[in-house]
Amino acid sequence: MSAAEQRARPEAVVVHEVLEQPVGLRKRVVTGSLLVLTGAVTVLGWGLGSGRGDATFAFGGDTAVRVPDLTVPGTLTPVVLGALVVVLGLFQLVRGFRARRGPLLVGVAVAAFIVSFLCWAMSGGDAASIDVVRLLRQTLFLATPLILGALAGVLGERSGVVNVAIEGQLLTGAFTAALVGSLAGSLGAGVVGGVLSGALVGWLLAVFAIRYRVNQVILGVVLNAAALGFTGWAYKALMQSDTERFNAPGQLQAVPIPVLSEIPVLGPLLFEANVVVYVMYALIVALQVVLFRTRWGLRTRAVGEHPKAAATLGVPVLRIRYVNVVVAGGIAGLGGAFLSVGTIGPFTENMSAGKGFIALAAVIFGRWTPKGAVAASLLFGFFAALQTLVGVLPYGSAVPSSFLSALPYLATLFAVAGFVGRVRPPAASGEPYPA
Amino acid sequence: MELELRGITKRFGSLVANDGIDLTVREGEIHALLGENGAGKSTLMNVLYGLHAPDEGEVLVDGEPVRFSSPGDAMAAGIGMVHQHFMLVPGFTATENIVLGSELTRGGGLLDRRRARARVLETSERFGLAVPPDALVSDLAVGVQQRVEILKALLREAKVLVLDEPTAVLTPAETDDLMRVMRELADSGTSIVFITHKLREVRAVADRITVIRRGRVVGSAEPTASQEELAALMVGRDVRLVVDKAPAEPGPPVLEVAGVRVTDPAGALLLDDVSLTVRAGEVLAVAGVDGNGQSELTRCVVGLQPVDAGSVRVSGEDLTGLSVRQVLQRGVGYVPEDRLHDGLVGSFSIAENLVLDLVDTPAYSVGPSVDRAAVARNAAERVAEFDIRTSSAQAAVSTLSGGNQQKVVLAREMSRPLKLLVVAQPTRGVDVGSQEFVHQRIVAERDRGAAVLLVSTELDEVRALADRIVVMYRGRIAGEVGPDADSEQLGLLMAGARPQEGTA
Repeated sequence: MSAAEQRARPEAVVVHEVLEQPVGLRKRVVTGSLLVLTGAVTVLGWGLGSGRGDATFAFGGDTAVRVPDLTVPGTLTPVVLGALVVVLGLFQLVRGFRARRGPLLVGVAVAAFIVSFLCWAMSGGDAASIDVVRLLRQTLFLATPLILGALAGVLGERSGVVNVAIEGQLLTGAFTAALVGSLAGSLGAGVVGGVLSGALVGWLLAVFAIRYRVNQVILGVVLNAAALGFTGWAYKALMQSDTERFNAPGQLQAVPIPVLSEIPVLGPLLFEANVVVYVMYALIVALQVVLFRTRWGLRTRAVGEHPKAAATLGVPVLRIRYVNVVVAGGIAGLGGAFLSVGTIGPFTENMSAGKGFIALAAVIFGRWTPKGAVAASLLFGFFAALQTLVGVLPYGSAVPSSFLSALPYLATLFAVAGFVGRVRPPAASGEPYPA
Repeated sequence: MELELRGITKRFGSLVANDGIDLTVREGEIHALLGENGAGKSTLMNVLYGLHAPDEGEVLVDGEPVRFSSPGDAMAAGIGMVHQHFMLVPGFTATENIVLGSELTRGGGLLDRRRARARVLETSERFGLAVPPDALVSDLAVGVQQRVEILKALLREAKVLVLDEPTAVLTPAETDDLMRVMRELADSGTSIVFITHKLREVRAVADRITVIRRGRVVGSAEPTASQEELAALMVGRDVRLVVDKAPAEPGPPVLEVAGVRVTDPAGALLLDDVSLTVRAGEVLAVAGVDGNGQSELTRCVVGLQPVDAGSVRVSGEDLTGLSVRQVLQRGVGYVPEDRLHDGLVGSFSIAENLVLDLVDTPAYSVGPSVDRAAVARNAAERVAEFDIRTSSAQAAVSTLSGGNQQKVVLAREMSRPLKLLVVAQPTRGVDVGSQEFVHQRIVAERDRGAAVLLVSTELDEVRALADRIVVMYRGRIAGEVGPDADSEQLGLLMAGARPQEGTA
């Protein structure tokens, strides 16, 4: 320790005493009760309400080495898992976990609840099984546009511009990818077109938000409406007039990565996807590194937190915002390209169907970090995948699927309200500069 | 290097903020720029720092004219600035804040944290400005945050350092430390422009003094000039710096705060078991560095801040948990620290602001509508009584100077019979001329028999008005002293030292 540091010690550091208290009483009672309730529902509903059958979790995929199926008793498993959650809840009520254990606690409870629910759904008949790898593949598939949209949101907001236009960028990207892909007869050109068109919407957002200082939420909504209107009109007027010519781009094929795709479970899950997904992997890592380890990232975060401080050090606030918002638009445009040419191929009207708003929720749920946004998107994707899968299970059809799909958003609401730790957006997010 | 400002004029619309200002700063001198709030000091420095373009005039560095169109240009020319409101990103470490804008990288734009940290430590050692390089700025004491600000300039090899009201947020000890640093920097050749309105500090540290009033240079002075001379120069007429007041005649207790505890949502203690009593006819002053719980205390008393534990009583009646309105109706007057935020509606007229809390009483209403004639009558009376300088009582209150705005708040609060007056930072942003008036009114309210709870970070004000002084530190009452306590004694308490025996 240097002399300067040593001198700095006594009076310098930490003014605010944050009490390491095991969460306030009211919050403890609320979360504890919720845990006990979740556990009780798990035991009584999924456990005791289950049929006689066993539940089988398969781990499919065409790998050389295979993971054996896991068959568990359909009644006992939910009872045990539910009881565990009840115990955790009681401990929270009586003693209280530390505040930072909160997310873990919620994670355990949610996981126990879901596994129990699946056991119950399978227990109604003989030899019902769920292919876990297929479920997770579906999750990743459904989450990809959300992840790309959420990354776009994170990048914009970190620099201080709220991007409500993710939805419009997805939709524009999907439309342009299909159109350009068809006209050029090249899927690659389609994807590039999707990226550029998303960046164009990002540029519009940037110009109006940064130069003309339009309220960013309203601006985003307007851009979304414009994107919906424009693509809808062009779809009807142009694409439907000659589908072969304007809306038949074909689909990106899965490209298995040698060796990696042979890993049991992980291989089929992660390494048998199309090129957009691989680019997404790279983007996730790149964004996490850029934001937190590079000069550009430091400046971006400074501009999003305290633009005036950055400006007084000669950082070009507006330029940094422009670049980030335009790049973010491109990333969302890539997500749009995935929606059309990355999955079914042709464009359909309003094919983003609100995914941009869900991505926005993932930004908040993920606390404005790339990592967090990815995790949140995967969670949303998982529930969406679950919804399609449960319907075919013996007991599963009894559960209204729309109810299942509403669950993650309910969770977001609670998360944003501050139940899972404090959530704080970048301080200057949404604020034009100079103020 | 020598810096010269020649004939700088800066207008904002019809307002002339700087009017042909000339200023020369020589190498290695501490040049104080003295003037009241709103005299145009900060505007001048923003022109110098490239944040505002001057309408006329030029800046010369070593005799050569230069043009700064951004802070980057000014920094490149060797000018550094420590803003009154710190320009620090709270969630960044000290090192990140210091290197922002001139980061060291390892290629590919990757930050070189190790070298950045080493450079910060080296600079901080060279200038005797200790900072913990890895601590988040939001966790640092204000005095240390200021060192981070100064280091930002020094790391960029600033030859001229502009300090804008640097002592406003410091404890007396931190102020002394800052002055030592300023002196050392000047001795090593750095020029310092020290912007302030505090006479004592100017005399203690400046080599030369330039006084600015209403956007013009009105004179220069030597540091040997007396405080009265400087004040007269600054205000434009003779000013009395002491408040005349008779000894207090305390009556029965009016305000009784017992065991109040407040935590913020993150769990940090803002008020920790605070108890105090204010009697009728006395002024209890709460001293302390900004942000040690004083604001929360006043907010608890008037019901703006719910308490986690403890009680607030006025004349024996428990007010804990009552709404602000109910508290005010029980004879409590409140002069908030941020008048434009909490005390006034800026776009409303003076007349309307004077009856904000009274419009629904029979005196100012006819059925469901406002009795405009009564409001206007009241305004005319108050404007005369409180010497509010305005062309019309119908003018928006935001067009008034800080001092006149404060008089509007005082006039409104004092137009009800008060048992207790809670005043926070009564002269913050108030010109010296109006300060006298505000102080006199507070003392008059005391003499009328009201209990006065005064919160102020200005020690001179505390000593001038108080009958008793308590000092707050980190949400606690650090100690109580008499009104004649010396700076050192108060300073120790403000820095958290334990009170010695017999200080009360």
